[in-house]
Amino acid sequence: MREPLIFDQGRPGRRAPSQAPAVAAGTDDLPAALLRRTPPPLPEVSELQVVRHFTRLSQLNFSIDTHFYPLGSCTMKYNPRAANKLAMLSGFLDRHPLEPEAHAQGFLECLFDLQDMLKAATGMSGVSLTPMAGAQGEFAGVAMIRAYHQARGDTARDQIIVPDAAHGTNPATATMCGCDVVEIPTGPDGDVDLAALRQVVGPRTAGIMLTNPSTLGVFERRIAEIAEVVHGAGGLLYYDGANLNAILGRTLPAAMGFDVVHINLHKTFSTPHGGGGPGAGIVAVNDRLEPFLPIPIVGRRDGAAGHEYRWLAEAERPRSIGRLSGFMGNAGILLRAYVYMRLLGAEGMRRVSGYATLNANYLMKRLAAAGFTPAFPQRRASHEFIISLKDVTRDTGVSAMDFAKALLDKGFHAPTTYFPMLVPECLLIEPTESEARQELDAFAQALIEIRDLAFKDAAEVKSAPRTMPVRRLDDVRAAKQLDLTWQSRADSPAVSPR
Amino acid sequence: MSNVPKQLQYTEEHEWVRREDDGTLVIGITDHAQQQLGELVYVELPEVGRILKTGDAMAVVESTKAASDVYAPLAGAVRAVNPALTAEPELVNTDPYGAGWLVRLQAADSQLSGLLDASAYTALLNAAD
Amino acid sequence: MPFIPHTTEDTAAMLGSIGARTIEDLFDEIPPALRVDGLPGVPVALSEAAVTRLMRERAARNRATLCFLGAGAYEHHIPAAVWEIATRGEFYSAYTPYQAEASQGTLQLIYEYQSMLAGLTGLEVSNASLYDGATAFAEACLMAVRGARQARARRIAVPRYINPVWLKVARTLVEGQNIELVELAATAGRTDLDALASLDGQDFAAVCIPYPNFLGGFEPVDELTNWAHARGMLVIAACNPTALALLKPPGEWGEKGADIACGEGQPLGIPLSSGGAYFGFLTCRKALVRQMPGRLVGGTLDVDGRPGFTLTLQAREQHIRRSKATSNICTNQGLMVTAATIYLSLLGSEGLRRVAAQCHANTVDLVRALASVGGITAPVSPFFHEAVLTLPRPVAPVLQQLAAAGILGGYDLSADFPELGSALLVCATELRTAEDIAAYRSALAGVLGVAVAA
Repeated sequence: MREPLIFDQGRPGRRAPSQAPAVAAGTDDLPAALLRRTPPPLPEVSELQVVRHFTRLSQLNFSIDTHFYPLGSCTMKYNPRAANKLAMLSGFLDRHPLEPEAHAQGFLECLFDLQDMLKAATGMSGVSLTPMAGAQGEFAGVAMIRAYHQARGDTARDQIIVPDAAHGTNPATATMCGCDVVEIPTGPDGDVDLAALRQVVGPRTAGIMLTNPSTLGVFERRIAEIAEVVHGAGGLLYYDGANLNAILGRTLPAAMGFDVVHINLHKTFSTPHGGGGPGAGIVAVNDRLEPFLPIPIVGRRDGAAGHEYRWLAEAERPRSIGRLSGFMGNAGILLRAYVYMRLLGAEGMRRVSGYATLNANYLMKRLAAAGFTPAFPQRRASHEFIISLKDVTRDTGVSAMDFAKALLDKGFHAPTTYFPMLVPECLLIEPTESEARQELDAFAQALIEIRDLAFKDAAEVKSAPRTMPVRRLDDVRAAKQLDLTWQSRADSPAVSPR
Repeated sequence: MSNVPKQLQYTEEHEWVRREDDGTLVIGITDHAQQQLGELVYVELPEVGRILKTGDAMAVVESTKAASDVYAPLAGAVRAVNPALTAEPELVNTDPYGAGWLVRLQAADSQLSGLLDASAYTALLNAAD
Repeated sequence: MPFIPHTTEDTAAMLGSIGARTIEDLFDEIPPALRVDGLPGVPVALSEAAVTRLMRERAARNRATLCFLGAGAYEHHIPAAVWEIATRGEFYSAYTPYQAEASQGTLQLIYEYQSMLAGLTGLEVSNASLYDGATAFAEACLMAVRGARQARARRIAVPRYINPVWLKVARTLVEGQNIELVELAATAGRTDLDALASLDGQDFAAVCIPYPNFLGGFEPVDELTNWAHARGMLVIAACNPTALALLKPPGEWGEKGADIACGEGQPLGIPLSSGGAYFGFLTCRKALVRQMPGRLVGGTLDVDGRPGFTLTLQAREQHIRRSKATSNICTNQGLMVTAATIYLSLLGSEGLRRVAAQCHANTVDLVRALASVGGITAPVSPFFHEAVLTLPRPVAPVLQQLAAAGILGGYDLSADFPELGSALLVCATELRTAEDIAAYRSALAGVLGVAVAA
């Protein structure tokens, strides 16, 4: 099951002629010194070859549409086809982003409604849709926190507090915003170590970044106290919305005391992951931070012909932290989230967290009953939970990574492995609300079988996967003998299929 | 079990230090540290001549799964770096106390203060297990 | 229940095995004071049929126009196969390829993408893409500061006629790290080489050269490249990827070539789509690869010695390096890159060159046609597929009237670049026909109230 590189399938002079102008226009008026002397190394293939090649490549992938994907912290739920189809209607798709607002009222109305629904889902008073991924939402959030303190003349606040279980983007974002990162530990029950927090807050505290439920799959029960401590020290609270799926319609980031939140629309609101993007990381804020929201934002006023929607940008929002994208963010992704939210409605959103949590707790109980070790057995799972395979690894040498690879052979995408790093040999499992009980049972059964095999024949498990297009890959070779382009293949001996 | 040579001195961050006859200090990472990181694929070393304070990040050791800063155990000026590591970073794995050394430092102070001896470092490793 | 497969019996049995009475019980760790029991403000659910009707109505309210507007997003032909394949569920609903064995399709595609973009820009290495052109430009600046030989230089020199929004975005993103973008003086629509002497003695990490520049014209790329390299600076090219099929690639600028190239990938098979999602590309010399942000795919071998692909050099990235990562970016625009790779495969180098040449020829025709309307001045220096016309009166009302007539007449430059006067940036891609151009010409003549010379 291998597919040759598209470059190796071409023949000189072969083309897909209906896709380009039939006659090559002259370029004599351009300065000769500016013209390209050798053509770029693009494949020379027919249209059918292209269709076949990329269709075959697609078939080498796991995806939600083909496989259960219990990937913790990623919320791999079903991506309704309607969202894609409706976002690709010509009236949205063929519009230039700089068209006059009068030509774009239908598009702007969707975004305005989306802003309102996101305010409702977070309890916040302002929303900007422009961040193009969670990490950009984080950037916007921390930049707003910085701008808020600076606007108050409170310029010494340059520390961002982050729990040790946090996603890596949190500290990376703080650095990008010019802040220092202060890490605080997690207590044995999975909650933040409040005493440690009390020790690190002070006049340099700009804010804290928290995910709740945390990446450990438990709800931070003392969130109100945390908010009190941080606010009391003059800092603000940032809610990383990676796990919003767990609490949608159950509690609100605003109610928990947060000042700013980003939401990964590609998680909670079901926009596609697309093999690694595009995402959307909208931000929502309370009144304190509202003036600093990134631009543009969609505004509404009442005109002669009813509502008129328009962009609010530099002129209307002078205190904004600025622009984050060339136009207005990942517009098409925003439309997909909008369609999904309209399909769910208020009740449907609340059901999302209910059944995501039901599935996680059911699967955790099932695995615990089968002898697996949950990281926090005394706690209620949120929409995801951790099991530690430390004992199996100790007794058999079979690691979490081996389990992950063996699951692929059984037709399941692996859970998140080795994250969070606090729990040794961990699998972070997030079934999402989309999966039926039968699928969860089958997944549990697969894990049980792999464990049984580990005790009988560890080498067999360690040799997985065997049914994938490739077996385990040599990461060390990939990093040391860099082979990043087809062009460089000729002059580097890194990989040659001989 | 990791190897902790008796004659070297150590830091809590898993670096080792050896004093040479000419008074310079040779620094590397311990056997324990290289085991934790896994096979190294890249080592970033400081420029020769750079002046370091104690605790400055002076090098980065990188495997496919982790990257870790190496801190200056003592203040001083970088006199030399291990040229072999550019092509063969895995020397740090195969010979952490020999061919896998990282940096040679001219220490600012002749006292080797704040370092651990082999038994104290071994105790530290045992406590962490 | 939309998208939830549980039957009443399933739910009851599952709750039973958990030992909970109701789904509400599962939220008992949330302190009661923090709980809400609904989301007022979110409307009730609609069926797919009702949402379809709503979206169709809204899409229909977005008026279709004849587009002569570019300014960073360009209307090109997109082969039907591009999105038919890119939205196959196996691409559309796949995750980031962290489990390499189950993601060879995405990984090989990105490797092919990297090869194509490296080839187009004439550089050795490409990442798997960034959010868009503006953020790719910002990341290129950050990367140059990390990679600069003058370790303390935190300033980037930027020609005046770079996309003004890109400049704003870059400022938002780099300010926190105390990096400054310094504008170079311009004359006659391009960087004034004579004015560069005034910068002698100042430390810069890099110069970033737009190609073509925002006015559609050409910067003195060879001279600027040599000037920068002589001062120990890196050279960043911010390029239009369609133009690169026709124009000398950044890797061949000056004596040593540019070091980094970035740009907006939208022209490569991505619909205008109201502004996104697009993708940014970023390529560089091999020596700078460890400074590069974002994902990279590399070839390697599996345990049986068969070739395969995997994410590599991940130790640069946030999930390993945390606060010391090259960037906080945690994604690439995977789906857009999927489309672009299919697009570039269908076009090939000859097809893309023809698209570029036709864009240029159409823009030449457009400029000639519009300049024949009385009172309009055409540019004298060469341009690619955008050019600046000077109107006899303020641009904004003219564009408004054209829009009312169904024509997107271009981009009003007067707010960003007042020194250009009543300047209008127009664009004609390969899709504009002689009839389209004639329609624009007669509409413009009507708006300006002048007779059209035959």
